[in-house]
Order: sequence, then C-alpha cells, then structure tokens
Amino acid sequence: MIITALFFYLFAGMCIASAIMVIAAKNPVHSVLFLILTFCNASGLFVLLGAEFLAMILVVVYVGAVAVLFLFVVMMLDVDFAELRQGFLQYLPIGALVGVIFLAELLLVVAGWTIAPSISQSIAAPTPPIASVPNTEAIGTVLYTRYIYFFQAAGLILLVAMIGAIVLTLRHREKTKRQSVADQVARTRATAIEVVKVRSGQGLS
Amino acid sequence: MYQAIVFLPLIGAIVAGLISLVGARARHPGGSPSTGGHSHPQPHSGTTATHADAHGAAEPAAGSRSAELITTVFLFIAMILSWIAFASVGFGQDARVQIVSWIASGDLRIDWAIRVDTLTAVMLVVVTTISAFVHLYSIGYMEEDPYRPRFFAYLSLFTFAMLALVTADNLVQLFFGWEGVGLMSYLLIGFWYHKPEANAAAIKAFVVNRVGDFGFALGIFAVFMLTGAVDFTTVFAQAPSLTGKTIHFLAWDVDALTLICLLLFMGAMGKSAQFLLHTWLPDAMEGPTPVSALIHAATMVTAGVFMVARLSPLFELAPVAQTVVVVVGATTALFAATVGLVQNDIKRIVAYSTCSQLGYMFVAMGVGAYSVGMFHLFTHAFFKALLFLGSGSVIMAMHHEQDIWKMGGLKDKIPFTYAMMLIGTLALTGFPLTAGYFSKDAIIDAAFATKNSAMIYAFACTVAAAALTSFYSWRLIFVTFHGHPHDRSHYDHARESPMVMLIPLAALAAGSILAGYPFRNLFAGEDIAAFFRTSLRFAEGNHIIEDMHHVPASVTVLPTVMMVLGFLVAWHFYIRKPEVPGELARQHEPLYRFLLNKWYIDELYDLVFVRPTLWLGRLLWKGGDGWLIDGFGPDGVSARVLDVTRNVVRLQTGYLYHYAFAMLIGVAALITWFIFKFGGAG
Amino acid sequence: MTITLGHYLTVAAILFTLGIFGIFLNRKNVIVILMSIELILLAVNINLVAFSTFLGDLVGQIFALLVLTVAAAEAAIGLAILVVYFRNRKSIAVEDINLMKG
Repeated sequence: MIITALFFYLFAGMCIASAIMVIAAKNPVHSVLFLILTFCNASGLFVLLGAEFLAMILVVVYVGAVAVLFLFVVMMLDVDFAELRQGFLQYLPIGALVGVIFLAELLLVVAGWTIAPSISQSIAAPTPPIASVPNTEAIGTVLYTRYIYFFQAAGLILLVAMIGAIVLTLRHREKTKRQSVADQVARTRATAIEVVKVRSGQGLS
Repeated sequence: MYQAIVFLPLIGAIVAGLISLVGARARHPGGSPSTGGHSHPQPHSGTTATHADAHGAAEPAAGSRSAELITTVFLFIAMILSWIAFASVGFGQDARVQIVSWIASGDLRIDWAIRVDTLTAVMLVVVTTISAFVHLYSIGYMEEDPYRPRFFAYLSLFTFAMLALVTADNLVQLFFGWEGVGLMSYLLIGFWYHKPEANAAAIKAFVVNRVGDFGFALGIFAVFMLTGAVDFTTVFAQAPSLTGKTIHFLAWDVDALTLICLLLFMGAMGKSAQFLLHTWLPDAMEGPTPVSALIHAATMVTAGVFMVARLSPLFELAPVAQTVVVVVGATTALFAATVGLVQNDIKRIVAYSTCSQLGYMFVAMGVGAYSVGMFHLFTHAFFKALLFLGSGSVIMAMHHEQDIWKMGGLKDKIPFTYAMMLIGTLALTGFPLTAGYFSKDAIIDAAFATKNSAMIYAFACTVAAAALTSFYSWRLIFVTFHGHPHDRSHYDHARESPMVMLIPLAALAAGSILAGYPFRNLFAGEDIAAFFRTSLRFAEGNHIIEDMHHVPASVTVLPTVMMVLGFLVAWHFYIRKPEVPGELARQHEPLYRFLLNKWYIDELYDLVFVRPTLWLGRLLWKGGDGWLIDGFGPDGVSARVLDVTRNVVRLQTGYLYHYAFAMLIGVAALITWFIFKFGGAG
Repeated sequence: MTITLGHYLTVAAILFTLGIFGIFLNRKNVIVILMSIELILLAVNINLVAFSTFLGDLVGQIFALLVLTVAAAEAAIGLAILVVYFRNRKSIAVEDINLMKG
C-alpha cells in the first residue's frame, strides 16, 4: 500500500508539475517535451489503476504520434520564441480568480461525492478479475462485441482526419512530373508514333 | 315641388362638378396638377390679355358654357318654384314632405324631411332668387376664369346646402345645412387657391365659424338631453314644460332654456359674424364678388338670423337669452358701422355694412319682433346683393382695382351701374318708400318700444348706426363715382359691364324698391298672424308688433333724420371740401388708426388665441410627439439598440482565447448555479 | 494511506484547470493552445479510467480509448490548420489572430 501511495504521489506530482511547465515554458520545443513528460506520468497513473492496455496505448499514440507531430510542426514553423509579448499578466488576476473558482467547485464536487449503493446493478461491462483475464483481453472481449459500432466510428473519424489533413496542407506543384497511368494506358498509335521521312545523311532536325 | 326646389341645385352642382373633374383630367392627364402650371401659355380666346390674370395663364376648361347654363337654368327653375311655394304656403297651408328615415338609434329618431312653413317659404324665396341672379351674374363676371365649372358647381352646391338648412325639420338636419354652407364658404372664399391670402381667409372663416358651431352642437346636445328629441315639432311642444328647469353646466346650475338658447345663439354669432366672432367676414372678401354677394350678404350670414327665428318658441321662454341677443346685435350694428367709416376697399365697406345690418336683424329678433327681423332679412338680401354685384361691376370696369381712392368720376363712364348703386344705397340708408325704409325703421321702432332691459342701449346703438350707415354709404358713392378720377389709365379703360351682368343688377334694384311696401303688413303689420301662423311664436306677453306702431312720431322720423344727417356730412366731406377728411384723420390719428384696424380685435385674438395655440401645438409637436413619444418609442428604442450593440460588439475581439475565456466563465457560472441549486444532494 | 477515487479525481481536476489556463493565459503562440487541449483531454481520460477502476466497469476504459482516438484526430487536423495558417500569415502569435473581430 505504501508503495502504491508513493508511486501515486510521484506520478501525480510530476504530472502536474510538467503540465504547469507546458504552459509556462518560453520555448515551444520545451513545451512539447514537457507535454511528453506529462503523458508518460499519466501513463504511469493508468498502470497504477490497473488499466495497463490503456497505459501502453497512451504512450504509443500520444507520445509516439501526437507529441511527435507537435514537435515536427514546432520545428517546421519558424517560430521566434524570443517574442514574449506583454500582456501575460494583464489577464492573470481575473483568469486566476475564475480558475480558482473552477477548481474549488471541482474539488467540492469531488469531496461531496457519494456513490449510489445500487450502482452495482447498473454496471454495463463488469471488469473480470485481473488475475483470470488480462486487461487487454478483457477490453478486446468487450470492444469487438458490444461496442463494435463505436470502434468502427472511431476508425471513420481517423480516416476523415487523415483526409482532412492532406486536403488542408497539400500543395500541388504544377511543374513536378507525375505519372498518370490512365494517360499512359489510353495512348494510341496515332498519338504515340510519328513516321518521318529522313534523307540519308541528314538526320532528324 | 318642394323636393325639386331643394334638389335641383344639387343636381346642377353634381353635373358641373363632373364637368370640372373631366376638364381637370383633360388638362393634366396622368397626374396631379402642379401649382399654377404655366408651362405653355395659351393665347386667350379673343380678349385682350393686357392684364395678368390672378389665376394664371391656363386655358379655359372645356364644357364651361354648359356647366354655367345648366346650373343657372336649374336655379331659375328653383326660383320660380320658390315664388310659387311662397304664395301657396304663405297664403295657404304649411307643407311637410318626408324624404327618408335617416337615423334610428335607441331613442333618437331623425328623419330627413322638408318642412315648408311660411318662415321657410320666405327664406326659399330669398335664397333661390339671389342665387339665381348671382349665377347669371357670374356668367359674365367669371368669364375669363378657366375654372368656371368648379365655381358654378360650388355655387349650386352652396345653394343646396342653404336650402337644406332652411327646409330642415329637425336640429340635426339644420346642422347639416349649417356645416354645408360653412364648407362651401371655405371652398368659395379660397376659390383662387393659388393666392395665399385667399387660403388664409378661407381657413379663418372656417375656424371662426367652427367656434360658433361648437356652441351650436352643445346646444343641440342639451336639447336632446332635455327633450329626448331633436325634431322641431316635438321640441317646441315640450318647450313650455322646460321653463324653470336647471341644468348643471360646468360648475353652476343654470336655467336650462337660457343655456340652450345661449349656446345656440353662439352658433348664430359665428355664422352671422356678430361682434367677437366677426373677424372672418372682412377677410372673406378675398373670394370672387359673386360669392360675397351670395354668401356674405344674402344667405349664409342670414342663416343665424333664420335659426333664431326658427327657434322663436325657445327664445320666447328665455328672456335672459333674448337680452343677450339684443345687446350683441346692437353692439355689432354700431361697431361694424364705425369700422366701415374709414375702410378704403370697396368690398370691405359693403362687408362691414352687412355686418352692421345683421346686427339690426338680431336686435329685432332679440326684442321679440321676429317677423320684423325676417322682413329686414328679406329686403336686405336684395339691396345688399345689389350693392355687392354693383361693386363687382365697378371692379370689372376698373380692371380688378378695388381701392376706392383709385376710382372717382365713374358716373359718366358706367352710368347704369351708377344708377343701380344709387338705388341700392338709397334702400340701405332707408330713404322713404324704398324697401329698406320699411324694414329698418320698423326695427328702430321696435327697439324703442320694447320692454326689454337693454332697450336704451339697443335704441341708441341702432339710431347711431343709422347715421353712420348713411355716412359711409354715401362716402362710397361720392368717392367712387363723383369727383375727379384718381387713376387716369384705369379710368380711360373703364366700360360698362356686359348685359348678362346688368340684368341681375336691374332685377335686384327692382326688388330693393318693391320688396318693401307691398310686404309691410305681412311682415310688420296686422297680417303677421295670418301670414306666419305657427312658424314664428310670439309669447303671450309679447305685444311688440302692436307697441311698435304706437311709438311717438319723433321716433318714427328719427331714422330718416339720421339718414339725411349722414348724407349731408358725407357730401360736405367728399364733395364740397374734400380735404377735410384727410385733415380730420391727421388730427385724430389714434382714433383713425383704431377704426382702420377694426378696433384691433384681430391683433387681440392673435395675441390671446392664435399665438398660445401655436405655442401649445409646437410644444406638443416637438416635446410631446418628438421627445416623448418618438424618444421613448421608435427613435429611442432604435438608439438604445444601437448603443447596446455597439457595446456588445466590443466582446467580439477576434481573439480566440477571449472566446475561450468567456466560455470558461460561463461554465464556472453554470457549475456554481448547479451547486447551489442541487447542493446537498451530491 | 489509501489512495481513493477522490485523489485521482483531484489530479484530473488540477490538470483540467491547468489546461484551461493554458488556453487563455498564453500570449505566445497557438501551439500552446493545442497542447492545452491535449491536457484537458488527458484529464478527462484519467477521470474515466479512475471511475472504471473503482466501479469495476470496463466501459470507462473503452470510452477512454475512443477519447484518445478523437484526440489524436483532432490534434492532427489542428496542426494542419496551423500549418496552412502559418503559410498564409507567416506568424502564429496569438495576438495577430483577430480576423474575426466584429
């Protein structure tokens, strides 16, 4: 138990600290790196909760794909990180006030939360004990049967996102040579070959 | 027959009106006419166009001749029928012709009916005769006017309204005719509507009349309230039972009959231009002269006199009201005569003379000698119309010049007109054996003989006015027709009017002479009872007619003496020593100015009524309507909307993080609300 | 001491608040906004998984998986937009993005 608590406080503390650094760092590359750190710590929290599949997926997708993408973009855009514009402090008081109110309310909710005793009847997909079924297998059992629709929809979303990203950023260069298979196949003898009478010794001019 | 008398002028008016509308459309196809469109001056048909017409160079309306002829012929037919009716009703029976049931609402039943008793018959004769001759005269007078069909339509329509007034069987019908003549007076005074003075005079006439009509309407309401009916038969039958009753009016309890009579008399004051509500009559001279002759001499202004006579059963029961009538009439007679002394416009002199003579009529009505008042109305119509039409003839001869000081020496140039004007003046001043002599002297005798408390005042005023009347009438004649011509060019071009204008003059002159002697017993003598029967009511204690004949001889000759006195003074001033009036005016400058400016009553009214009303109107317009209603209404709302949106727009900064911040605040607020609403339940 | 559900929820709440702060407190560049959004989504994921564990219901984890998917897609699109914007405007300073000013 003690170990669990220790690890929890470690992971949670680092998560929050790096989140603060994400928004406070001057250099955007640093911001992205701190984001990666946040994700890693969150992954650790997930492991403590027993959701190991999700933890791994978090690392693979978020850190491996999303954060790397962020890094690519940050590097690609020629961002002058020295321009720290004034005005940060202008909104700080009111923003801090609103944020503190928000946080306070959230904590209030958390503190006063009681779980209804009848909840055990309304559990949709009861977790099998982790000793008998590994977490991954358990998720798979549920995901591909009862939630197949959502799974497919998620796939669609990803497809749309991919297409969208390409559509937005593709710059079609006119001058690059590209292969058009259809044109190649539709070539006829009339367009492909030209018979020229050549005088001996003259060559094609 | 009676329907024909009343409705023939209406038909004539409609025909002429249609002709004028068709002509107007032909003149301005596809649009409203611009004010005085002189885009293409047409050559006048024949006549020399040396003078610029006041009506602009528009072409004469098509169908004018037919409009004139139809309306005039209809009027003459109506006139002949009226004389027949006069004979048949006056010496025979009263008549009543029901036309249609008009209003049936609860207890109020009003029918449209023509009531012809002797009083009506007298008025019918007066109205149709004068109107017919004025129509005939206008054919000549308005011959160059391009809007003739409209003029004749208005004249005939006016005649119809007046006939509806005199043949009314109930107060509401009378009021219809009352309003109708007021409206036609407005239209006719403002006939040359391109002139701003004409428009102003027309509005003034209508508004001042309206003040009187307000009292009249209140009187009608009071009558209905007390008797439950408005038709004359019922009201007169119930009148004796109303004596002594009181009505609560404003803050006092007043005698009912007196109140009714005073309110109704207020209407008469407006319509007949009595003192205080007289201001419109001189300005009404802006209209064409035939209009002045018809409306402001013989018919419309006498409607008030007729109304008092018609309501004699009511007035006989309200002695206080009668005294008021006498006082107002006497004051008017004197006041108008004093103002007429110094006027310089020929039509205005005659207008003030009319005003004064109307005062005489009301004096007669007030002392209870209703038939004598009607007698004067009858004779006055003839000679006053004659004087107006004669003045019109003079004006035509002088090419629309109306200032008497630009005339002079015209008696050789237009002798026929001169003779006619002379006859008219003789009748007006009461030269023995003319019509005016019988009627006017009868009034003065009645004023002397009355037991009314205002007797001395009435007698003094009427006698003084007689002298003044003589003076200013002869002043007009002498300055216009005698002496040297003051304006040579006009004088050289003066010529006699065409026959179509002279015939009416001759006819009216005949009337001025012949309308007195043969009728004196019918109106002012022994035959009154047989002639008027129930149309005029003389109360039991009213022996005025008898007493009138028993006045001392000195009183009987007094008016004649006054007439001679006035003649002599006028002769002295304007023939023998023409420089005297000028001297007198210079010596008594304030008095002269006071009289010339009509006792400054117009200025007083302007100060007391017109300016405050305009101020109030402006206040309500700018303040009430502009600031209050518009400001808190549409303008205010739109301005506030603009203000609000201008401030709301500042929220849209374009910065995404501002929007996100707003969302956050919203979420925080929502959660706070939820917590406090469902707090405790977890 | 026992780590209860409340602890995890608190952590998530703080992360969430930090993400919100990041959106409107930054004046530097737009990328920080996108990263703040990722933080918010992460906080939600922690919430979901914590509840899933303490209630013994797998649905929470399924849902967290789907949230992950959507977050990835959204990050991709967001960055694509950013790239295109940068190409046109040559700047990603937040203060310059006020074309929607009304």
